[in-house]
Amino acid sequence: MRVWKFGDDIDTDAIIPGRFLTIYDPAELAKHAFEGTRDEFAKEAREGDVVVGGTNFGCGSSREHAPLALLGAGVKVVVAKSFARIFYRNAVNTGLLPLVCPEADAIADGDAVNVDLAGGYIEANGRRLAVEPVPGFLKEIVDAGGLVSYAKNLDEVKRCNIE
Amino acid sequence: MAATIAEKIFSMKCGRSVRAGDVVMAPVDAAMIHDITGPLAVRVFREMGGERVYDPERIIMLFDHQVPADSIPAAENHVFMRQFAAEQGIHNYDLLEGVCHQVVMEKGRAAPGEIIVGTDSHTCTYGAAGAFATGIGSTDMGFVLKFGALYFRVPESILVEVDGRFGRRVGPKDLILSLAGDIGADGATYMALEFTGRAMEKMNMAGRMTCANMAIEMGAKAGIVRPDAATWDYVAARRDIEPFDLAGDVDATYRDRRRYDVTDLAPQVAVPHNVDNVVDVTKVAGTKVDQVFIGSCTNGRYEDLFEAAEVMGSADAFAPGVRVIVIPASRTEYLKALRAGLIERFVEAGALVEAPCCGPCMGGAFGLLAPGEVSLSTSNRNFRGRQGSTQALVYLSSPATAAASALYGEITDPREV
Repeated sequence: MRVWKFGDDIDTDAIIPGRFLTIYDPAELAKHAFEGTRDEFAKEAREGDVVVGGTNFGCGSSREHAPLALLGAGVKVVVAKSFARIFYRNAVNTGLLPLVCPEADAIADGDAVNVDLAGGYIEANGRRLAVEPVPGFLKEIVDAGGLVSYAKNLDEVKRCNIE
Repeated sequence: MAATIAEKIFSMKCGRSVRAGDVVMAPVDAAMIHDITGPLAVRVFREMGGERVYDPERIIMLFDHQVPADSIPAAENHVFMRQFAAEQGIHNYDLLEGVCHQVVMEKGRAAPGEIIVGTDSHTCTYGAAGAFATGIGSTDMGFVLKFGALYFRVPESILVEVDGRFGRRVGPKDLILSLAGDIGADGATYMALEFTGRAMEKMNMAGRMTCANMAIEMGAKAGIVRPDAATWDYVAARRDIEPFDLAGDVDATYRDRRRYDVTDLAPQVAVPHNVDNVVDVTKVAGTKVDQVFIGSCTNGRYEDLFEAAEVMGSADAFAPGVRVIVIPASRTEYLKALRAGLIERFVEAGALVEAPCCGPCMGGAFGLLAPGEVSLSTSNRNFRGRQGSTQALVYLSSPATAAASALYGEITDPREV
């Protein structure tokens, strides 16, 4: 699994520019992922590749097209030192796993990585880097495969009762 | 127990005392969807097995990002949304009324103490009305359309107390850019900004909207201006509502308390390519600009257009070679500006005045920049590629600074005009 390494403050306009937002199909969106920012991504990203960012990954627009474009490109995990709030939620909701890794700087572009969720770490360049666990309730959504699957099994929501 | 405004709103809505850090499923008072993120929300609603939306009266639909339709897929999305609105009995403002956040506010769809979500990151604008308003994705919105509720992590808050008196041609946009520069683009991630202080109380609703609008540019989930008499006057003029007290307690737990005095604040400019890359206008004065955009959900209101026209004074033309695009944020604001003679002034001076919409800030419709071009914009984001080419440069400023810069073809301190 290859790492696509990006820097800090990667915004959702960079992940999928505004002119492609009439598209909803993840595979079609993937053809324009990082267009103008890193053009080779759309051509060369493969199933299982991992996107790694610095701080504030996914800042900006609420467009869910951003995680969908990455999913369409075969990316299932995004690792960053920190995430912008809306992107983090959108990722969880759509089934793209956002992992917070304070040591993400140690991962370089092109590295081969292994993600061991049960172990709570990612392995890059022979180093094990700890990732923060996905918080309680969000884990339920991730485990269900996203918010759609989670919602399908709900007849009504139990308001205010999540702890 | 002492609480912040955000904690009070979630406690009221949940019927029990909740605190920052709690994850709750809370009812949603209103939900806004538009032409870009709406179609995906509707698809998700269907995928979740949704047949009837939880309450059509609480759903606000309008088109503003690609209006009039700028491509066949955009036109198809509009048709898709119109059909959904008709089928579900949702009132659709369509492309008539203007930019989503402006419309929600001016139609009185936001009020103190409410929880409002929208599939647009700048939904936090309704914090100007004392609401807890936040941007969400389309899957979250699909869930809201079905259940009328959503899971939230009750945020910690940063108290921002603003005092002093703005100098000549310095205003709310300069304040919020200055704050973004200090707090940083991710300095308030997962938090709420709670605005209070004498300068906020003196600020009109347009200025408060400008401030709340940009809370997301610091990563915040919401930006809430403490409701006061002006807030209640604004909301009560639009719907039947009984005022109540909603303030953060003095001994509430805030993540941080920041004090600002705007008295000596200079006009601010965010320099490419980050919103928190903020300097005094004097540092970038003289930078040549190819395009000036006055509009957007941040600064497209009548007050903003008035501020721009005031800076223009008796000047009869913008600098040669500068494209000036003016877009009022809504039909209402457009008509106010038209009747006050502002639109005529802009057109005579050489501006392109467009019908209410997101314009170049959407980055896909029109007004896009070529590689190497420079734009000064009153919108909220200067991300690389946001308004066209990734090789273009976007600066952000107040309407006063934008108008001064349009007159001279270079970034200009409005106090010098």
